[in-house]
Amino acid sequence: MLSLWRKIRRTGRVAEPPPSADRPTPLTSELAGSVQIRHVDAGSCNGCEIEIGSAFGPVYDAERYGARLVASPRHADALLVTGAVTRNMAEPLRRTFEAVSAPKVVVAVGDCARDCGAFTGAYGVVGAVHDIVPVDLEVAGCPPRPEAIVEALRTLTGR
Amino acid sequence: MNPLGVAGGVLQAVVIVGGAPLVVGLMRQIRARLEGRAGAGVAQPWRDLRKQLRKQPASPRGTSEIYRSAPVLLVATTLVVAVVAPFVTTASALPAVADLFVVVALLALGTVMIALAGIDTGTAFGGMGASREVTILALVEPTVLVAIFALSVRAGSTNLSAIVGSVLDDPARLVSPASLLAAVALVVVIVAETGRLPVDNPATHLELTMVHEAMVLEYAGPDLALVELGSAMRLSVYLGLLANLFVPWGVATGPGVAALAVGVAAFAVKVTLLAAALALAEVFLAKLRLFRVPELLAGSFLLALLSVTTAYVLV
Repeated sequence: MLSLWRKIRRTGRVAEPPPSADRPTPLTSELAGSVQIRHVDAGSCNGCEIEIGSAFGPVYDAERYGARLVASPRHADALLVTGAVTRNMAEPLRRTFEAVSAPKVVVAVGDCARDCGAFTGAYGVVGAVHDIVPVDLEVAGCPPRPEAIVEALRTLTGR
Repeated sequence: MNPLGVAGGVLQAVVIVGGAPLVVGLMRQIRARLEGRAGAGVAQPWRDLRKQLRKQPASPRGTSEIYRSAPVLLVATTLVVAVVAPFVTTASALPAVADLFVVVALLALGTVMIALAGIDTGTAFGGMGASREVTILALVEPTVLVAIFALSVRAGSTNLSAIVGSVLDDPARLVSPASLLAAVALVVVIVAETGRLPVDNPATHLELTMVHEAMVLEYAGPDLALVELGSAMRLSVYLGLLANLFVPWGVATGPGVAALAVGVAAFAVKVTLLAAALALAEVFLAKLRLFRVPELLAGSFLLALLSVTTAYVLV
């Protein structure tokens, strides 16, 4: 316990300063300041998941802008969808979208979610995220850098 | 029903409803800072509540009135306790309700309603969370009752205001074995009952490890806001009870604006310090395996039982 305390003291604050000081204008004013996010893996290679994980880690700390990952789509305001939508995940994605109460936002994270990326035309792929549910915001990259994900989340929360 | 009690009751309700989300925000902020993060700020739970109140409620297929009334009842029962218990002043608005058994039963009623709502949704996680919550509740309630009962032995009354008043009259009894044992027992059960580490992890996203969160997975919008506000208020109420039963100084005993102001300030400082200490301790704790939780709670019940015994034997 004492060694953990010493480690906490020694490490101090690892969160990097916000990339830009000016506050972005929020996409919807109802969600200003607080956005609960449900992450949906629609058929991703897990590359985007690792980047989302580090966006919410201590270094990028997306939580400081009022974004928080939650365990249920009913608690969520935004869906963070990664990967090209596979056959098995098309219906679950539709149902998850229906379970989110309005106002709701869908963010497609990564090139696969935007336009199927490397998996275009693959036999198990139904299409990109916008073929299944309406997409409000896209984050480019394969995988996108955590900064890009944080930037997208800041346009949701407006902080 | 005296004017001081009514004024104090209104003040206590305002302070606890307004301050409870800030206490939760403070605990998250302390944890964030110790993890090296910047943190969302102390007011973030209030921003979450404001946003949730603007959203549409969801009524899952097959749910009954129990599901819809549970969040209101959770907040209502906690609000009654917030009004009557001796937090800011020992003069209670409804002295008959400020009784140990009534207060513990009211708090248990809120938990039971949420557990029933969890079963009512018919999902696997709702039922699992409810079964776990009731397991913990069944072990926690006797300990709370017995531990506070040990304090009531000397006061000669189970009225919480009387217990707090008697400690103010005779501070020496705080260092008696009965009081110290009861304090340790109460701390353990409050941690368990409010769903903090090591019994439940309030920040978990993993359904299999959830206790409290698993029951409320289906709530959305204003209903979710009520559930979260209710949980935050319960935390403040339990911390306030712990603070005023063992460190009652500052609580208003006589009429006067100055006395009430000191009472509010003392209550806020005590709850803030306790919450900060709890958040600090949580950083060093890992979650207990579910089957180890009864051992921890049985240990705290034993302490409470010893506390009652010493209260009678060592008088």
